[in-house]
Amino acid sequence: MKKTTNRRDFMKQTAALVAAGSLPLSVIEIAFGKNSDQNFSFAYLSDSHITHIKGNEFVRNWDRGLVRAVAESNLMDPKPDFVFYGGDIAQLGKPEEIDHGLEILGGLNGKVHYVMGEHDYYLDLGEYWKKQLGPDYYSFDHKGVHFVVLNSILTHEKWMHKKWPSGMDRMLQMARLDNPDGQPFMVGDAQRQWLKKDLAKINKDTPVVVFSHSPIQKIHKGWNFWTDDAEQVQSLLKPFKKVTVIYGHVHQIQYNQIGNISFHSAMATAWPWPYPSSYTQVETYLPKLTVEMNRADPFNERDATGWQFINMHTGNIDLHYILPENQNRIVGYDAKQGKPVDRDYQKTDKRIPPQVHY
Amino acid sequence: MKLYKMMSACLLTCTLLTICMPSSADQFTEADVKRWTNEYMSVMKQGEKLFHGGLKANNTVSCDQCHPNATNIHPETYPKFQKQLGKVAVLGEMINWCIMNPTESEPLELDSNEIIALQAYIHYERRGVALQPGKH
Repeated sequence: MKKTTNRRDFMKQTAALVAAGSLPLSVIEIAFGKNSDQNFSFAYLSDSHITHIKGNEFVRNWDRGLVRAVAESNLMDPKPDFVFYGGDIAQLGKPEEIDHGLEILGGLNGKVHYVMGEHDYYLDLGEYWKKQLGPDYYSFDHKGVHFVVLNSILTHEKWMHKKWPSGMDRMLQMARLDNPDGQPFMVGDAQRQWLKKDLAKINKDTPVVVFSHSPIQKIHKGWNFWTDDAEQVQSLLKPFKKVTVIYGHVHQIQYNQIGNISFHSAMATAWPWPYPSSYTQVETYLPKLTVEMNRADPFNERDATGWQFINMHTGNIDLHYILPENQNRIVGYDAKQGKPVDRDYQKTDKRIPPQVHY
Repeated sequence: MKLYKMMSACLLTCTLLTICMPSSADQFTEADVKRWTNEYMSVMKQGEKLFHGGLKANNTVSCDQCHPNATNIHPETYPKFQKQLGKVAVLGEMINWCIMNPTESEPLELDSNEIIALQAYIHYERRGVALQPGKH
């Protein structure tokens, strides 16, 4: 039996990394109970937003976030079985940006699975990304877990295929997060039909882990912290005992439980985003369960681009958020309550001033 | 005596001016209010454009990338102590900090049209929130 790495062991192994500051990646340890020899881990990096300026110049800050995540994930011990990349390699989907991002990601040891982000997609409707990386939705099995990757950043066909002056005009519309003319993300009929067929083959006791770029839940439509057909996707996942959805896009800590599905977001390697409630002109729906991350210090450019150490015990996960210059956070699945809770800060009277966003 | 004469002359001039003016200064009309509001909204719109890439930063990074809808700026809390600047600062100084650092560009004059427009937009997105100077 392989011992599940506990937090203390992991911290010992990565002490040097933690000393270096923020580690913008996730380690996901999956355990199938005490007698399983199929435990494994994988790393999760997301939202690098590599930005081409001109010639051979790229935005230094965003480059450094990704370079650091790659270097640190290569130092992980135990070594992850593979790495997931959660989308938005590029800022404007340019081949220069995707290539530059992939060159940095090429430094990773082992297999990398990719998720499509809207910043990778809307210049050429994902053509260059797919040419380099393959299909944008797929599934595979690994040591008893069924992994599903969805392209959740599609929108209305009419909007995507209307006569744009150029692909870049469409990209710029989608790249503006707070665009008042923004279009909602969706998985769409074709992928939902594919997902239904894909899941039909899977035993309902098999843990299922779904990766999408946007949350498959509805938080704030204005910034696409939202998937329009979220409920329809959730209903396809409903028959399974243990389902986890891991998403990028939001650049912040979020967690939730809807029925049998645990939701977890990951940090960006590039920059953090405010919580939707900070926008006081509209109503937003951050899961009540989420205790917010500490407010970022803009003077520390890697602050709030932290990482998560995640244990998956019998199909549910514990997340260990490692936050530079802040108290670490542990969000774990509480079997009694049937939802993830923060071990230190979940109770209102335990929260600290930096967790108050306004 | 000379001073007294000068003061009398001034007083007389002021009185005459007041009598001759067609209306009192506070008698503004709805049309005035509309014009002033439109002036503000026009500058606010300029600010929105500058905020969303209009500043033409050296590295192409724009304000809205980190601050969608001008969130996490908290204009209602300024002036306030910025530990990193080591002093109580006004919002314009933090805008300039952002221009110089994340967007790697040259700071603007605090009374420049651009800084005023950016503040007009930032405040507009935060309208209705109570003033809380110094809050962290």
